[in-house]
Amino acid sequence: MVRVLRDLLRFNRQFALGAALLMVVIAVAAASAFSPYSPNDSYVVAPDMPPGWTYPLGTTSRGQDVFWLASFAIRNSLLFGVSVALLSRCLSLLIGLTAGYAGGLVDRVLMSINDTFIVIPLFPILVLFYFVMRDRMSWVLLALVMAGLGWAYDARLIRSVALGLRVRDFTETAIFSGMSPWQILAQEHLPYVLPIVFATTMNNVNWSIGLEVTLSVLGFTDINTPTIGVTIYWANQYSALIAGIWWWIAFPVALVVIAFIGLFLLATSMNEYIDPRSRLERLGP
Amino acid sequence: MTIESTNRPPLLELCDVGRVYVSGGLLNRRRVRAVHGVGFTLDAGMPEILAIIGESGSGKTTLARMILNIIPPSSGGVRFRGRPLHSHARLDLIRQVQPIFQNPFEAFNPLTRVERYLHATARRFAAGDAWHHIGAALQRVGLSAAEVRGRFPHELSGGQLQRIAIARALIPSPALLVADEPVSMVDASLRMSIVKLFAELRDRLGMSIIYITHDLATAYTISDRIVVMRQGSVVESGAARAVLDSPQHPYTRLLKSAVLSI
Amino acid sequence: MSVLAVANLRAYYMTNAFGVARAVRAVDDVSLTVGRNEIYGLAGESSCGKSTLIRTIAAATHPPLRVVGGSVTFDFGGRRVDMLAGDVGDIRWRHLSYIMQASMSVLNPVRRVRQSFIDFAHRHIGGPMPEFLATVRAHLERLHLQPEVLDAYPHELSGGMRQRVTIALATVCRPDFIIADEPTSALDVVVQKAVLTMIREIRRDIGSSLLFVTHDLAVHANLCDRLGVMYAGRLVEEGPTADLLHAPRHPYTMHLVAGLPRIGDAAPKPDLPGAPPNLADPPTGCRFHPRCPLAMDICRQEAPAMLGDRHRVACFAVS
Repeated sequence: MVRVLRDLLRFNRQFALGAALLMVVIAVAAASAFSPYSPNDSYVVAPDMPPGWTYPLGTTSRGQDVFWLASFAIRNSLLFGVSVALLSRCLSLLIGLTAGYAGGLVDRVLMSINDTFIVIPLFPILVLFYFVMRDRMSWVLLALVMAGLGWAYDARLIRSVALGLRVRDFTETAIFSGMSPWQILAQEHLPYVLPIVFATTMNNVNWSIGLEVTLSVLGFTDINTPTIGVTIYWANQYSALIAGIWWWIAFPVALVVIAFIGLFLLATSMNEYIDPRSRLERLGP
Repeated sequence: MTIESTNRPPLLELCDVGRVYVSGGLLNRRRVRAVHGVGFTLDAGMPEILAIIGESGSGKTTLARMILNIIPPSSGGVRFRGRPLHSHARLDLIRQVQPIFQNPFEAFNPLTRVERYLHATARRFAAGDAWHHIGAALQRVGLSAAEVRGRFPHELSGGQLQRIAIARALIPSPALLVADEPVSMVDASLRMSIVKLFAELRDRLGMSIIYITHDLATAYTISDRIVVMRQGSVVESGAARAVLDSPQHPYTRLLKSAVLSI
Repeated sequence: MSVLAVANLRAYYMTNAFGVARAVRAVDDVSLTVGRNEIYGLAGESSCGKSTLIRTIAAATHPPLRVVGGSVTFDFGGRRVDMLAGDVGDIRWRHLSYIMQASMSVLNPVRRVRQSFIDFAHRHIGGPMPEFLATVRAHLERLHLQPEVLDAYPHELSGGMRQRVTIALATVCRPDFIIADEPTSALDVVVQKAVLTMIREIRRDIGSSLLFVTHDLAVHANLCDRLGVMYAGRLVEEGPTADLLHAPRHPYTMHLVAGLPRIGDAAPKPDLPGAPPNLADPPTGCRFHPRCPLAMDICRQEAPAMLGDRHRVACFAVS
């Protein structure tokens, strides 16, 4: 595994670039552990200072250092995005593989549920959720809801791969070797499904961070926890762009864009490595 | 036929077995009769090799899948040791009836090592040390554990892979082996050694084998009985040497005349 | 006067993945010639290099397959073509034609068969469409195929019929040379017989030369004039088919011939231990020596040359 990563770093420029970008973002996020200020405190430094030597990324109108604020913000956004992606991957895999392998009635029932979830309009539901929960709104709850709504599209993709694998001879060999259906799904079919899962995980992280930013900018989440979207919300509350405090918005946005690009590059370059067809090509003539 | 030699029920009994495939929607249904009215019996006390000969489209693969309980027959019944297939416990049936598939490269997952299937079979069906059983089975097919350990399917030849498939099928000590065109995708020069292996399994281990093929020459060498199928039905059957030396049905004669000789 | 002359051809698969460079020596110093109106068979197990050899001869190589030495020259009635020189597109179909193993996929599945003939052959034969189609129909009839086949879609024909239609498609321009790569391997015995009959008919009618590759010696016995046996990227024996089958001289050829099943002959046949070598790391000297019952010291050190006149063998123990 380590050797694979090392080879990828050495020979695949896309992967190296993606990894580098992501490292930068993660370093900034990790720096939040050393922040001298708590993220919710305000007026701890001089407000509205442009980027300079003392405050490398400037300060906000609420008297917070943009660098430390951004580090908390990107940390929270990343954590949120990754947890939503992981949770919804688990659901997609479970439902997609089961539907593809079992076939028949089980498949029809699961896919009916799946298609219902696909057509649910996400944004109005999430806004409704906010209005219902209001003060009891928490990030964990939001993550759970988003994961519960974001699995359907990819479950269908996984199901179609599973359907194709079900009729191949090696599945029969596995059955006649006495493997249980769960063993077959995990050991035989998962390697084929993994490239899709990986690609969609990256997409899912980007999608969930994007959705979080949208909701937060409009104020439909818990605005006391700093995330990228919440930062933009507060900047808008203080009319930062009009007041000329561009660094309050620019740097957090730049950070999240770097994170997106890094994840995207990683996904496309690793995909070439994990994809069964290109693996088979590389194994020999 | 001979007198009932024991009181044991026959190993495998097919009675008027048929399979119909239905395709198309509500307005234009198409019914394809893949198999129709096939019946034969394999005796429990006397291991033998039964060859099922036919071209592609003759229904022989469908018949094999019904015997292996992969698909159910549309009509008639398949009985194993006197009881219908669906009345056996699933794992019990798998232990006693094992398949060999046509394409050795498809029979194994190209992304995983081949020994995984051997391990899984040994763990499920054989007690004690897995490698002991695996080593014994590999030896029986003429391979060594060193040749197989840690290998992926693309690192082995078709002949080797087919032997590994046979070894895997041997681990649960089945009573019946159903081989669907086992050598048609193997090089011509290696076919005889694998076909002879089947004869050895019958003689040394007392296994009955259903050998499905379109190649009359290999069937002649090892089979005890032959069933010739055409478009889903049986056209001729009987003792192998007798049928192939002097075929009665014109279709069998056509098959025999098409075999290339040197 | 030979139509095809291959001299000292070497073609390797050069791969370089993640810093590991491998050269799989699929064709290593092969020389052969095919005369006018002659069917030359190439026999050998899978992965002996036969498919790579014919891909190189047809100049259908792309990376990682590279030609590292030797020459391939065709002579189409006085016009010499060097296949390794570069752009040889204009001789395809008209002078050099190719029949592949799963030829059924050559036919466009969503158009009628007639359209495939028009796509492939019209630009070579030319002329107004009705005349062209008449030529095609006459060609099909000569090969004992119903002209109605032109109006069908590929999926309406059986596998064997599709293979025969593809062979007709490959020969409609009356090429001088046809390369056939395992055309009968996926077929049943009855269809196989029909296909072989068709090929013989083509040779009689058009006078093409054929390079026929298959692992099945029984097919070679019924079709080919001369036979070449390949093992691990090299030719080990070559000569008239009858000679090779009834009096083989190389130990590997003897093993191949002995392993053939025949109806009426139930005698046990001997086995050959081991497996063909890994072409990325082949044995030194003669590549067959690890499995050869006649191996001597010199076999490990030097590779034997092909010696002989009409019947050539590459073996120290024999020559």
